[in-house]
Amino acid sequence: MNIFITLINILLDIILVAVPLFLIVAYTTYSERKIIGFMQSRMGPNRVGPSGFLQPIADVIKLLTKEIIIPSNANRGLFLTAPIIMLVPSFLVWSVIPLSEYFVIANINAGLLFILALTSLSVYGVILAGWSSNSKYAFLGSMRSAAQIIAYEIAMGFALVGVLMAAGSLNLQSIIESQRGGLFNWYWLPLFPLFLIYLISGIAETNRAPFDVSEGESEIVAGFHVEYSGVAFAMFFLAEYMNLILISILTSIMFFGGWLSPFEGTFINSFFEWIPGFVWLAIKTLFFIFIFLWLRATLPRYRYDQIMRLGWKIFLPITIIWIFLEGIMIYYKVGPWFIV
Amino acid sequence: MNIELIVFFIFSSLLVLSSLAVILINNPVKSAIYLVSSFFFSAVLWLLLNAEFLSIILILVYVGAVMVLFLFVVMMLDINTTEARDGFVKYLPIGILVFISIAGILSFFFYTQFSDINEDITYSINIIGEDNTKNLGYVLYTEYILAFEIAAILLLLGIISAITLTQQKSISNKYQNPSEQVNIKKSERLKIMKDKEEKL
Repeated sequence: MNIFITLINILLDIILVAVPLFLIVAYTTYSERKIIGFMQSRMGPNRVGPSGFLQPIADVIKLLTKEIIIPSNANRGLFLTAPIIMLVPSFLVWSVIPLSEYFVIANINAGLLFILALTSLSVYGVILAGWSSNSKYAFLGSMRSAAQIIAYEIAMGFALVGVLMAAGSLNLQSIIESQRGGLFNWYWLPLFPLFLIYLISGIAETNRAPFDVSEGESEIVAGFHVEYSGVAFAMFFLAEYMNLILISILTSIMFFGGWLSPFEGTFINSFFEWIPGFVWLAIKTLFFIFIFLWLRATLPRYRYDQIMRLGWKIFLPITIIWIFLEGIMIYYKVGPWFIV
Repeated sequence: MNIELIVFFIFSSLLVLSSLAVILINNPVKSAIYLVSSFFFSAVLWLLLNAEFLSIILILVYVGAVMVLFLFVVMMLDINTTEARDGFVKYLPIGILVFISIAGILSFFFYTQFSDINEDITYSINIIGEDNTKNLGYVLYTEYILAFEIAAILLLLGIISAITLTQQKSISNKYQNPSEQVNIKKSERLKIMKDKEEKL
């Protein structure tokens, strides 16, 4: 009976996270189209509802009612499981994300490792989708994407190693706790190179512009999901935006103090104490989502060999050197890298 | 029957099934996928033993990195599946021999070393806290530092030898020189031609 109550509690927690997440994903697509539209002097979607506000709902209905076309000679089983493989890990990661001081579905000790392990799985969806659709464009897209994700995953992992060295813990709540003390105690300052590398590798990991060679509309039609339609395509779409939000929220947790207030330790803090931690986290996350959208509207696509060079020859050495330096700092107990 | 035992039986039978599928299915990509799923199920078994660090590292390293590269290579190969199946009967006796000898060695080892399973095998390890990850790190960097460093050097050797094997310069190998590309000047690429007809 006790187990039954626990299970219902967990289920409620999951619904509490998953349903708002769907809505946020839907309105991220809307805001992406609006923001990029304004940046390019266009209106963006403005037909469905007041200033296009119901556009994402119309899109969802459209995608759900369309037929899933399976190409001839495609590997039917893998073709249909690839979107699921893509979607499941990006959902699963949200179980360890601390959304506020008091709310996290599973506060596990190895939270950071759990996130690294799960984000490394989404590449399977891309590879299998490209291979099973029996299409040259899809296959090319998935090959590009697999090489790119492997290259940037290492730099990303090393950037997080820097965070865990500074925090002395793998638990996400204690990583946030160790950044207490206002804007200048957050890890973006002592770990500045790692923060930049994490942000850029995050863009590369989610296959977004300017690293979107796996989709590359102008070269290989739509890359790995060119053969997908209807709900299967919607799942790829959902996974992509979920990963985008995830990278933003992880950057704010690892380097921008998560749900901590930026005014801690100053006299202004007393004015802002009534704001719950979740609001601070949401503001930081939305800021990073905006940066992602901004970059997509601003930068042209990288050439493939430039992407590989950036990942292997620039980011990887910088992270290794910084981790080494940080180790020395921690050994000689130099702040702010060393926390008493 | 407690819940852990039920989970154990479900996942160990899934593990056995997916391992069988790895060798019995004739599509190489599908057998790679089954290998991935068998890594998953063994990670769940480790999680049941409270070894959360090891089980997550298993997924991170083997599923997230090694198998991705493996799948990458398998997809690019054009393997003739009927040809690969032809040798099944021919190699069966050798396969059975290898299976019997490995199973024999393992069962002999477990029978002699761990005959008394109630014996506490963690007696010699200094436990510094509740956290599995911390304990493991502590043991690795104190008691087993030599073995750990030797493993690291072996891996480094592996990396270097793989690079030297592939780094043979060939004429067909085309690559860009980034500093040359960055330092390019307008005058090297553009030539402005004066059109005389225009003046008419």
